[in-house]
Amino acid sequence: MNTRTATLACLILAALAAPALAQDASGTLKKIKDNGSITLGIRESSYPLSYLDDKQQPVGYHIDVCNRIVDAIKTRLKLPALKVQHQAVTSQNRIPLVTNGTVDLECGSTTNNEARQKQVAFAPTTFVTNVRMAVKKASGIKSLDQLAGKPVATTSGTTSVQLVRAHEKGKGIDFKEVYGKDHADAFLMLETDRAVAFVLDDNLLAGLIVSSKSPADYAIVGEVLNIEPIAIMLRRDDPAFKKLVNEAVIGLMKSGELDKLYTRWFLSPIPPKNVSMNFPMSEALKHLIKAPNDAPAESFNKK
Amino acid sequence: MGEFDFSVWQPSLPFIRDGLLFTLRLTLVAMSGGIVIGTLLALARLSPIAPLSRIAGAYVDLMRSIPLVLVILWFFLVIPFITGSPVGAETSAVITFTAFEAAFYCEIMRSGIQSVPRGQVDAAQALGLGQAQTMVHVILPQAVRNMIPVLLTQTIVLFQDTSLVYAIGAKDMLKAADVVGKNYNRPVEMIMLSALIYFAICFSLSLAVKQLQKRVAIIR
Amino acid sequence: MNYHWNWGIFLEQVKSGDETYVDWLVTGLGWTLAVSLTAWIIALSIGIAVGALRTTPSRLLVLLANAWVELFRNIPLLVQMFLWFFVVPEFLPRDWSLWVKQDMPAKEFVTAALCLGFFTSSRVAEQVRAGVGSLPRGQRDAALALGLTLPQAYRQVILPQALRIVIPPLTSEFMNVFKNSSVAFAIGVLELTFQARQMQEDSEQGIETYLAVTLLYFICAFTANRGMALIEARTRVPGLIARTG
Repeated sequence: MNTRTATLACLILAALAAPALAQDASGTLKKIKDNGSITLGIRESSYPLSYLDDKQQPVGYHIDVCNRIVDAIKTRLKLPALKVQHQAVTSQNRIPLVTNGTVDLECGSTTNNEARQKQVAFAPTTFVTNVRMAVKKASGIKSLDQLAGKPVATTSGTTSVQLVRAHEKGKGIDFKEVYGKDHADAFLMLETDRAVAFVLDDNLLAGLIVSSKSPADYAIVGEVLNIEPIAIMLRRDDPAFKKLVNEAVIGLMKSGELDKLYTRWFLSPIPPKNVSMNFPMSEALKHLIKAPNDAPAESFNKK
Repeated sequence: MGEFDFSVWQPSLPFIRDGLLFTLRLTLVAMSGGIVIGTLLALARLSPIAPLSRIAGAYVDLMRSIPLVLVILWFFLVIPFITGSPVGAETSAVITFTAFEAAFYCEIMRSGIQSVPRGQVDAAQALGLGQAQTMVHVILPQAVRNMIPVLLTQTIVLFQDTSLVYAIGAKDMLKAADVVGKNYNRPVEMIMLSALIYFAICFSLSLAVKQLQKRVAIIR
Repeated sequence: MNYHWNWGIFLEQVKSGDETYVDWLVTGLGWTLAVSLTAWIIALSIGIAVGALRTTPSRLLVLLANAWVELFRNIPLLVQMFLWFFVVPEFLPRDWSLWVKQDMPAKEFVTAALCLGFFTSSRVAEQVRAGVGSLPRGQRDAALALGLTLPQAYRQVILPQALRIVIPPLTSEFMNVFKNSSVAFAIGVLELTFQARQMQEDSEQGIETYLAVTLLYFICAFTANRGMALIEARTRVPGLIARTG
C-alpha cells in the first residue's frame, strides 16, 4: 500500500495545485455570459439573511440583495433570460467554492475579515452583527462573568469559539465549553440545559429564539464580544465584477431600497412561521449606508 | 426539552419524499456503477500485468483509508479542475459515490473471484476456452453468485452513507429532515423521524438479503 | 485556482493566542485515537459475545443478539450519535438527566465512544457469526463429546479458530473505526474533524487544512491495517487456514 498509494496521493496533489487549469481571474462576467447562468451560494439557516423557507426555497435579506445584483448583471450583459442557480454552502466549504468557480456570489452571512480578504473579495457591508449570548431568562444571567464554571455553548468552527476563549483568558475565568455542529444543535443545548448560555451573532440568536418552542423564555444579554461586518462574497482580483457589484449595492443604499429590504426581513413577519424578529437597524449599519465601505472586522474593533 | 411535538412531521413529508427519492437514485446509480467499475478494478488487481494491478491496488487502498466525508469534499473541490467547469452538488455526489464504492465492491468481487475453486479454471481451459472466455462465462457468474449477499450488505451501508452528502449541500433525505427541523426549530423530532425511516428501509433490505442468501447459496 | 496558498500556516499562532495550528491538530489526533481505540475495545468485547450468542442453540439468546445487531447497524451513525446525545438523556429521571447533561465528566467523549462502539459491535458480531459458521460442525461436536461444557467449547475450541478466520474482515472494521470516529465532531468531541473545521474557519486556509487532516486519517487507518496484518501473521496456525482465497 505504501509507495504506490503515496504516488497516487502526489498525483492528486499535483492536479490540485495545477495552475494551468485555473480560470481567467478577470472572468466572472465572461463566465456568466458564456454559461448563460450565475450560481448563488446560499445558507440553509442563517436567519433572516439567507435560509430556506417552508417550501425549501432560499429566501432572506441577502438573497434579495443578491437578486438586485443579478438584475444589474442582466442589464449589463443584456441577458434578460440569465438563469440563476443556487448552491447550498456551509461555513466549511463556502470559500473554496467561491475560489474554485462553483459559486459566483455568496449570499449568506459571511463576516468580512482580514484573513478572508486574502482569499476572496467582499461587496460593501450590508449588515452588522454583534456577538452576544442567549440565556434562559429564568437563569438570571446578565453578564459573561456570571458564567464561571458553567457550560457555555458555541457552534463549532465559528468565530464565537475563539472570542469566548479570548474572553476567558482576558478575565481569568473558566467556562465549560460545549459545541454544537450547527446553530440549531447549539441552541438545542441551551434548550435542554446542556448549556446555560449560547454565544453567537445576535441576529442569528434572535432568529433561533423566535422559532423556538417558547420564545418568551429566552433573552439576549451581556456584553458585546465583537462587532462583525457581514457582506456578500465574490472572487478576488476581478475588478470588473467587483465594480459592478459595488455599484449595485451602493445604488440600493442610496435609493433607500436597502432600508425597505431591511424592514421587510427584520421588522415584519417572515416565513416560515410568519413572526417578526423585531430587530431594529443598528447605528453602525445606518452609518455604513451613508458611507458604504468593505472594511474588514478588524477595523471595527480596533478602538 | 419537555414534551415532543410530532405535528412537525406532517409538513415535512413532501420534502422527505423528495429527499428519499434522491437518496434512492444516488444509491442505485452508485451501486450499479460501483459494481461495474469495482469488477474491472478487481480484474485489474488480479491481473498478471504488474503496473495495472499496482495502480488498482493503490486506488483501492487509498479510498479505503480516507473518511468518506473527506472524499466527498475533495471530489467536489477537485472535479471542476478536471472537467474545466463546476458541476452541481448532486452530480458530484453521484461521481464520488460511484468512485468510492467501486473500491469496496472491488474487494468483494476479488474475494468472490478467488473463492471459485481452481479446478473450475482448469476445467474451462481443458474445454478449450480462452482466458477472457473463462473469466466471463465460468468465473464471474459463480463469483457474483457467491458474493450477492455481501454485495447487497455493502449496498445497505452505501444507502446509509449517502447521508454524508450534507458536506456539499446536496439534498438527501437526512438533509431534508434537517432543514425542516431547523425551520420549525424541532430538530429532535425530525431526527427521530429519519431514524425510523432509515431503520425501516435498511431492516427490510437486510431481511431480504437473508432470504436471498438461503436461495442462491452454492451447495458444496 | 485563484487560491492564496500558505503552507507555513501550520506553524503560525492561532488568532486567540498562544498556540499554533499544529497544536490544534495534535490535540485533535489525540481525541481521535482515544475515541477510536475505546470504541474498538467496546466493539470487540460486545461484538464477539453477541456474534457467538447468535450461533448458540438457545432461540431466546439468538433472538436478543439478532435484535442488537439489527438495531445498531440499520441506522446511520450520524443519526445514532445525535439520538444518544440529545434524545436518550431526556428519558432519564430529571436529576440523572441534568447530571448526564452538565456534570458527567468527559460527557461528549463517553457518548461518542459508546455510540461508535455499539455501532461497530454490530458489524463485528456479523463477522464473528460468519467465522463460527464457517467452522466444520465436527469441531463443536468433538469438543462437547470430550466433556467440555458449551461455554468451554466456545472459549477453548470454537472462538480461537473463528477469530483467526475473521481477522481480514475485522481489519476493515478496525480501519473503519478511525474513519467513522470523525462523526464525533457532531456532538462536540474535539477530535480531528472538529479541529479541521475550527482551523479552517480561523485561518481561512481550508485546502491546506483538509490535506493535513486527510493525511492524518490516512496514517491512522494505514497503521491499523499494518497492525492487524502483524497480528494475522503471528496468530496464524500452520495448516489451519490453508484455505484457498
